Amino acid sequence: MQVENKEFKPKIVAFCCNWCSYAGADLAGSSRLSYPAEVKIIRIPCSCRLNPMFILKAFQRGADGVILCGCHPGDCHYTTGNYFARRRMTTLFSMLNYLGIEKERTRVEWVSAAEGAKFSVVMNDFVKTITELGENKRLEDLRCKR
Amino acid sequence: MQKISAEMKKRASELLASGEVSRVIGWAEGDFCYDCSPATFTAENIDKLVYTDFCGANLSKYLIKESKKEGKILVFLKPCDTYSFNQLIQEHRIVRENIYVIGIPCDGKLDYDKFKFFDIEGVLGAESNGNELTVDTIYGKKTVNKEEVMLEKCLCCKGKKHMVYDELIGEEGELKESSRFSMVEKLEAMTEDERYAFWQGELSKCIRCNACRNVCPACSCENCVFDNPESNIASKANANEFEEKLFHIIRAWHVAGRCTDCGECSRVCPQNIPLHLLNRKFIKDMNTFYGEYQAGEDTETRAPLNSYKLNDREAYEFDKEGK
Amino acid sequence: MKKIGVFVCWCGSNIAATVDVKAVVEAVKKEPNVVLAEDYQYMCSEVGQNKMISAIKDYNLDGVVICSCSPRMHETTFRRAAEKAGLNPFMVEVANIREQCSWIHKEMEEATEKAIILARTAIAKVLLNAPLQSGESKVTKRALVIGGGIAGIQSALDIAEAGFEVDLVEKKPSIGGKMSQLDKTFPTLDCSACILTPKMVDVATNKNINIFAYSEIEEVSGFVGNFKVKIRKKARYIDETKCTGCGACVEKCPSKKTPNEFNEGLNNRTAIYIPFAQAIPYKPTIDASACIKMKTGKCGICEKFCGVGAIDYNQKDSFVEREYGAIVVATGYNIINLDRFNELGYSDCKDVITSLEFERLTNAAGPTKGHLICPSDGREPQKIVFVQCVGSRGTRSCDKQYCSKICCMYTAKHAMLLREKHPETEVYVFYIDVRTPGKNYDEFYRRAVEQYGVHYIKGQVGKVIEKDGHLEVQASDLLSNEQLHLDADLVVLAAAIEPDPTARKIATMLTASMDTNDFFTEAHAKLKPVESPTAGIFLSGMCQGPKDIPETVSQAGAAAVKVIGLLSKDTLKCNACVASPNENMCNGCSLCATVCPYGAITYVEKDFRIPGGVVKRRVSQVNEAICQGCGACTVACMSGAMDLKGFTNKEIMAEVESVCK
Repeated sequence: MQVENKEFKPKIVAFCCNWCSYAGADLAGSSRLSYPAEVKIIRIPCSCRLNPMFILKAFQRGADGVILCGCHPGDCHYTTGNYFARRRMTTLFSMLNYLGIEKERTRVEWVSAAEGAKFSVVMNDFVKTITELGENKRLEDLRCKR
Repeated sequence: MQKISAEMKKRASELLASGEVSRVIGWAEGDFCYDCSPATFTAENIDKLVYTDFCGANLSKYLIKESKKEGKILVFLKPCDTYSFNQLIQEHRIVRENIYVIGIPCDGKLDYDKFKFFDIEGVLGAESNGNELTVDTIYGKKTVNKEEVMLEKCLCCKGKKHMVYDELIGEEGELKESSRFSMVEKLEAMTEDERYAFWQGELSKCIRCNACRNVCPACSCENCVFDNPESNIASKANANEFEEKLFHIIRAWHVAGRCTDCGECSRVCPQNIPLHLLNRKFIKDMNTFYGEYQAGEDTETRAPLNSYKLNDREAYEFDKEGK
Repeated sequence: MKKIGVFVCWCGSNIAATVDVKAVVEAVKKEPNVVLAEDYQYMCSEVGQNKMISAIKDYNLDGVVICSCSPRMHETTFRRAAEKAGLNPFMVEVANIREQCSWIHKEMEEATEKAIILARTAIAKVLLNAPLQSGESKVTKRALVIGGGIAGIQSALDIAEAGFEVDLVEKKPSIGGKMSQLDKTFPTLDCSACILTPKMVDVATNKNINIFAYSEIEEVSGFVGNFKVKIRKKARYIDETKCTGCGACVEKCPSKKTPNEFNEGLNNRTAIYIPFAQAIPYKPTIDASACIKMKTGKCGICEKFCGVGAIDYNQKDSFVEREYGAIVVATGYNIINLDRFNELGYSDCKDVITSLEFERLTNAAGPTKGHLICPSDGREPQKIVFVQCVGSRGTRSCDKQYCSKICCMYTAKHAMLLREKHPETEVYVFYIDVRTPGKNYDEFYRRAVEQYGVHYIKGQVGKVIEKDGHLEVQASDLLSNEQLHLDADLVVLAAAIEPDPTARKIATMLTASMDTNDFFTEAHAKLKPVESPTAGIFLSGMCQGPKDIPETVSQAGAAAVKVIGLLSKDTLKCNACVASPNENMCNGCSLCATVCPYGAITYVEKDFRIPGGVVKRRVSQVNEAICQGCGACTVACMSGAMDLKGFTNKEIMAEVESVCK
């Protein structure tokens, strides 16, 4: 087994709202603004669709970081979705940190459809942060580890 | 306390006799005096109704089922129980027209488990006089400082004021300040590693008996996500550390903004896990971030998580002031 | 077992240069349920689409995964193609291996590995997808316009011109709104009545328009295409069918001491009155609080003089229930109450007036027949001071934070007209900034300054006090940094505007959202400026934000076009990805409804069988015609009873599990 020598490649789940951030990610793509392949995007209609259960599920299945991207406050396609998402994530992340989960593992970023560059910068930074932080040990489920 | 208990029995009997109510929810003594649990009464067994310092249980949750039955039901609510009652009204879980609420006074309920720290055994009864508690045991009388043996929830009492009632026994009480967030603050002041170790230690004691969930007035779903295989997170037992955390995080999340801090979860936990510290963290955060909010204070105000302001703080700012 | 087909697109070299498409095909072939995996150069081309169509038929596929560009690009294309092949369009998923993979990664190994994961994730989702159908709802081909000012009038006329029936509801006795009170309009200085009243007549004579004047909205239910509205027709105490509008009653009425609202209280009117000469409908109304007969039982003069027996003191409010496909809100504005601006002396000094009062004082049809006088003693003012931004752009609790937008221009108009009519007067305007964006607006303002010699002074007025029958204006001149004390005969305040107070009640009935200033919010500030977030509700005029007449008319027309577009459809196709509650799990707690921006969730009491009997439970219902599918409710729901079709909890969790593998 060569596992020991392999450098740590984190698994990152990025939930992106369909209207702004997913389009922002597309723009990052069409502008060839690279970010690490560790980032996998899951499309949701709105940031307010993100159920905390999805985040915990991601950590259980081996994610090392979870990021939510939505429209900037005020720009939500559904007018109010990101406002609810913001309160939900603020309190949830605070709780996770209270339980000793590293606060760097979870993040919210507002990325508009025009901010391809921001999307790329955010993802590069998030992957770097998580790589430095190391593997998610505190919310892992050993049964799900390969 | 005996005077109040007698008054309660009298009013219950009167209301049953007049036909105004057909049933009563109160407390009944089990084999031991400290073993008081919620019970329903009718005219036949109303004499079994008791109200002592051991009647810590919050009766409001039982109304979800009981208030949907035929006939009006009388319920006795301590000041802190009325918050849960209001919350259930707000969520349309109980039928107000079918309920007659008598507010009863409370000056703190006892935690029998704490008696062992004072080598008190064979308890026959307890009577408090101010802060002095005289415990009658088979070995004779013993006196302790009442606060030392009170339930955790009573140490952070919200006050003696009833938020709702149809009738009051005793005087109208007043709200009071409590330092209920002191332990949350202590945990917040710790490092991430220390907090992780603390909760790892506490939550690993969980045996998933579901007592916290079953007693919680806010945890009253028709079908709990943990029982529903379709939810993808259902589980009957904590298979590992992750599931311990999953259960308690999701449970606290589901009651966030709805939890009145009645403290029942910690009271019933057989493993003495300080579960209220999870709920209080959410309460404290929501108060700090979005302004003071007390669930169940009224039946109208929207809970913070179902509301928003345009200039709410961002998630990554939470550690700047929140802690 | 479900049969899934996977197609990997090369997108020429866009994908194929970085992703080993053959390797992706080989990898997904190993996935359970995948019965077919192919690659092709351009899946979006007709050949590519036909490949997919024939595969669906040949293999009897239950689901299709296309690994290609972003679903935002071609998801609709592939879903349409699936529909052609007889497969439900929602059984197609797109794995974004171009924007999210080949275009951002350089190493083929890495990109291929990621592409395989993305493909597997789409497979995991499509396996859980359910065929979805878009619901349909009928459209009632009639519109309701709330508010009979210029905004409502314009919307009503435009909708009626397109051939649809319109009901125009106005709470006052006549339509016309604020514009009917104005004298001249900027920047062309045409007389307001001359351009408005023909439109009012058009409304009255248009067969498609029903005017409900002196009426209010009582109840609203339903949703886009199917609103039910109850209208309260307030008692005028006149039988409108009999009344000829001869005006004999008004002439004879002995109760003459009620402040005339139309003239901003500058003179009095009778108890039975017609607000102004061009009122529509031209029928009198009895003001019950002023009528001697109705207060004391004695009088009845109007009844005696009415030749057609139209007076009915016992008339009661009546109600009309009507159905509508669309609703235009045009509730307009008012100027703010100036009671809290004591320092400017509005409450104490008769010669401190609002701009609207000034309009009435200069209007030829006004209380002075257009002869400008000081209200206190009737003398002709020589020195007139205009104060801008009274209550606008302020930070005190009595102030509005926003700019009222119209004041700079109408003040320039007032000042200019004054100097033209009375060249001997001195006119001062105190301002914070002069804001004149708009066609010919700045030219207009400059004319006031340069040609008409109006003194514009940058600075705020601190105080207005009455002194020996004159007004003393204390102000600062910010440019010369001087304190000024000016004597004035008349002070005109450009009071801030605010939405009509009835708007909040109407917004609640319509479940249309408002901002903190009680202006209606638009569905999108830039791209949907005349739509409310609530489907079927459109916004016209000042109710949405401060604007002048040209802007109001354009918005009213835009709102009308949206209404016409909606009403020209026989049925509405609903969004298929909508929230859907499982009533067996629903607690009926209403948490979902509190976060729904569209008011799509309602509750019903339903009987449920339980062991040993039946129990009544409150459960939620989603109106699929209203729900837009944001999913806010699904997270507010603790029990998981509320789910979102097309993005179900299970589907998203399957994706999460797949990407984490």
